[in-house]
Amino acid sequence: MAKVTVDGIEVEIANGSSVLQAAEAAGKEIPRFCYHERLSVAGNCRMCLVEIEKIPKPVASCGQPVADGMVIFTDTENVRKSRRGVMEFLLINHPLDCPICDQGGECDLQDEAVSYGRDTSRYEEGKRAVAQPDWGPLVKTTMTRCIHCTRCIRFSTEIAGVPELGATMRGESMQVGTYVEKALSSELSGNLIDLCPVGALTSKPYAYTARSWELRKTDSVDVLDAVGTNIRIDARGAEVLRILPRLNDDVNEEWLGDKSRFSVDGLKRRRLDRPWLRENGKLRAASWEEVFAAVTNKIKSTTPDRIGAIAGDLVDVESMLALKEMFTSLGSPNLDCRQDGAVFDASQRGFYLFNTSIAGIEEADALLIIGSNSRHEAPVLNARIRKRWLAGNFQAGLIGVAHDLTYATTHVGAGPDAIAALLDGTHPFAEVLKAAKKPMLILGAGALARPDGAAIHAAAWKLAAQFNMMNDDWHGFNVLHHAAARTGALDIGFLPGPEGKATAQMLGGGVDILWLLGADALDTQAIGADTFVIYQGHHGDAGAARADVILPGAAYTEKDGTYVNTEGRVQQGFIAVKPPGDAREDWRILRAISAYMGHALRYDTLQELRAHLVQTYPGFALTGELRRLAGTNLTAPAGDLAAVSSAPFQPVLQNYYQTDPISRASPTMAACVAAHYPTLAEAAE
Amino acid sequence: MLNDADRIYQNLYGQQDWQLSGARARGDWNATVEILARGRDAIIEEVKASGMRGRGGAGFPTGMKWSFMPKQSDGRPSYLVVNADESEPGTCKDRDIIRHEPHKLIEGCLIAGFAMGAHTAFIYIRGEYYNEAARLQAAIEEAYAAGLLGKNAAGSDWDFDLVLHRGAGAYICGEESALLESLEGKKGMPRMKPPFPAAMGLYGCPTTVNNVESIAGIPTVLRRGAAWFAALGRPKNTGTKIFCISGHVNRPCNVEEELGIPLKDLIEKHAGGVRGGWDNLQAVIPGGASMPILNKEMCETQLMDFDSLAAVRSGLGSGAIIVMDKSADVVKAIWRLSKFFKHESCGQCTPCREGTGWMMRMMDRIVQGKASMADIALMEQVTTQVAGHTICAFGDAAAWPIQGLMRAFRPLVEQRATDYKPPQPLAQAAE
Repeated sequence: MAKVTVDGIEVEIANGSSVLQAAEAAGKEIPRFCYHERLSVAGNCRMCLVEIEKIPKPVASCGQPVADGMVIFTDTENVRKSRRGVMEFLLINHPLDCPICDQGGECDLQDEAVSYGRDTSRYEEGKRAVAQPDWGPLVKTTMTRCIHCTRCIRFSTEIAGVPELGATMRGESMQVGTYVEKALSSELSGNLIDLCPVGALTSKPYAYTARSWELRKTDSVDVLDAVGTNIRIDARGAEVLRILPRLNDDVNEEWLGDKSRFSVDGLKRRRLDRPWLRENGKLRAASWEEVFAAVTNKIKSTTPDRIGAIAGDLVDVESMLALKEMFTSLGSPNLDCRQDGAVFDASQRGFYLFNTSIAGIEEADALLIIGSNSRHEAPVLNARIRKRWLAGNFQAGLIGVAHDLTYATTHVGAGPDAIAALLDGTHPFAEVLKAAKKPMLILGAGALARPDGAAIHAAAWKLAAQFNMMNDDWHGFNVLHHAAARTGALDIGFLPGPEGKATAQMLGGGVDILWLLGADALDTQAIGADTFVIYQGHHGDAGAARADVILPGAAYTEKDGTYVNTEGRVQQGFIAVKPPGDAREDWRILRAISAYMGHALRYDTLQELRAHLVQTYPGFALTGELRRLAGTNLTAPAGDLAAVSSAPFQPVLQNYYQTDPISRASPTMAACVAAHYPTLAEAAE
Repeated sequence: MLNDADRIYQNLYGQQDWQLSGARARGDWNATVEILARGRDAIIEEVKASGMRGRGGAGFPTGMKWSFMPKQSDGRPSYLVVNADESEPGTCKDRDIIRHEPHKLIEGCLIAGFAMGAHTAFIYIRGEYYNEAARLQAAIEEAYAAGLLGKNAAGSDWDFDLVLHRGAGAYICGEESALLESLEGKKGMPRMKPPFPAAMGLYGCPTTVNNVESIAGIPTVLRRGAAWFAALGRPKNTGTKIFCISGHVNRPCNVEEELGIPLKDLIEKHAGGVRGGWDNLQAVIPGGASMPILNKEMCETQLMDFDSLAAVRSGLGSGAIIVMDKSADVVKAIWRLSKFFKHESCGQCTPCREGTGWMMRMMDRIVQGKASMADIALMEQVTTQVAGHTICAFGDAAAWPIQGLMRAFRPLVEQRATDYKPPQPLAQAAE
């Protein structure tokens, strides 16, 4: 620890900390543009200059390490003069077009100009202006506004692991760009917009939409992948305008995947805003009363074992609990949350959680990924793996398709044979796992959705046990889901009851009534021709197209909901806007229809429902926090190892940008597909 | 005047053989193994005792710089990097060393490398020095063939490799940390300090960056002894230095002289005097483009060494003396330097990136006489906003010539402002 004095305040701070950190510890605010906690130090904006005793020149506090006994002044006349000088330089070639700039109101340069700017310009020469390169459908560039802080360059090189940005030319002519104009290919490119301290990089879809002070900000949780990224929903009136990440060091640090950020325009397209009823093969608009009657009559005239329900990927825990309890009261055991058809042993939480936890990745020293493209399935989590890899002494192996995961991987094999090769030690990567102190493996949910999923599940567990991935203070067995609803559904046992049917059995005429709760990712062609399909959800996607009755529900921005991320972390999102038209929150629909059928659920308010949830499943009492499991229970999941086929693992997501009803409805995501997957876009035409 | 016997560079003018045989005849590579046998510490002590200060411009004591290198390796190798990116306008001393005395440099690399525990040295040579690079490469190959480099270099039991690397012609790559970045294959942009190169330099390993002239002088210093070197020059400014005299003199030349020689002697005796006689002298830039300009009055008694020039708020810099007689437009000359600095700023940090362009444009207006007195005051303020606020010394280098101009030639600059008459719109219309 070093003892330093900042403006007369003594603080103790760890050796190796910067003067800027010491100043912050002393409660002093230091203006900065290029410095960012999660990026390397560049020291190029020169805004954070401070004075240090015995050093003649002003010092950039971001890059200066503290020394014991250092005396720092952050607010002397000299310091202010230096900062005013820097501010003046930043502004001479800045266009000062704040009135037409989307960053206006949340611009660091604007904010600091209030403290250190002049009211008039002394610069009488011509200003610099540069071309606006096209960086693809997400990030809008106005490079004339660029102050060359290089945060974007450092982010793409260090965090995103896609080093496609850099500076060309030098001096005044220096330009930040891709050199050869191209669309940014990172799944995290939207974070450049947050990082850019000025209006050089702004959101293209959001351009000229709103001012930051007009927006209503609501905390929520992202549901477009299973990471549970903490988000802030910015809405104006009835419309969600943009989604930004919130800080959560345990989950997403401060990053957000592009799909989660830019799918917002999908929230107002293809929406189900009123009930629909199929008559004579055609859907017609109906009233709630009518559809309630139709559903009740149909269910009353069907035996319970011929009724089934499948929960989709974006659903909140409350709705699933309500549906589950309604089905229980009807006497039907046919429930499944795994619309991808996966069947595996979920009898213990440790079998299906990301046990190491996302923050725990940073403790691991070896990693094996089985059947997952984590870069597409969970880009923010993948960035955490990259962060660990960058820190050094970390080796990663990959079984499955050899994707570029932004860090070096050893390709162990394409299919389950590679698991066997590791188990019997014939593949050299086994030595890496053996030598590691905290090895971990990630089993992609896609690997579980195969016919031999249960066997692969058991084989992976065996691998984890054999290589000491589970012990008293370490649990290295991880399942990486890509559906936000999955872990919560497994936690409340939204699974076939005794004698119940799983997804595969419900399809193909296995049931007479199929209740799809936001389930759109299953093959609707496989549903039996005579099966009466009730679709409850928010988007007119695959499920609604097949439905006989449509119950319009609420998207994640339109309801208070509880979600459990792939780690098992229970998180709650808040309602930002009301559902459109006649659409209602899903649990309310279920509560109403259960009363109509005469099996009224026991709760009238969300509070009662949540109290009931916690009472039934006490794990839900703890929200936000995570209790990491120890790897002490070595009971293996059920699964016949011999049943493993040698078919190679296939990619789960055909493309990153369109994976669910919301992103499929989003024009921005369609533009991304056109930019990055030209063949897919052509095929769709 | 320096005795011929005391000149380090006996072949500065290339009249003799530059190759190994010629170098040996001049005493290079003579008993190098005995010098190395004195041991690391003894060599560093000897260099410290000689009082040699870095010949690249900043004048940091060479021996002290070497002593910052770790004595015990923590597993990382140490590197010696020789800065041959001689880009300071007016400077051409390293060029002549490389052309005519390459073996002094190569031998110096071995000794310096040994003294700092480096088995590898890199010479980063300016891209434009194509012929010089070719000759230096030939000399290195000669040295390898003669067993003076490589395994058991010069029979010393010390393995030593020397790599020549050509730059791509950016002035900023002469700044030591930008040079290291460039050598690593990145864009030549200076690094923040700390950490200093001796702690984290090339590829993150302990590194010392020395100028060509510093390294090339080392073998002679060690052969003839620190006392000999320290007896030359003035206290704290010891030894000899190559001066590059150019501009309005009768015989522009490179000449090796004692530090502390009067500027007037240097110009009169070695460069054949100012064109049109001493009284026709208007100004001298004493240390390469970045050092503040001196007017005639200051030149009369000026001694040429680090401390004497610092005392008049200028500097010895690289020892490039640019002489201007009364026919020169000094304001325009400084504008040209501003244009150079604007062109060569790396663009990394704000004051330099934005300030150099601003200063150049204001100088432009001053030269054309389109500036007001207020502009001149603003100009001075802008230079102080740049100098001392940047990552490297380039910001200072860009600001100093203008500050020097304002100090030495303020009346001339103000004259431009007062003489200026805006164009008469009526007269134009009549034409």
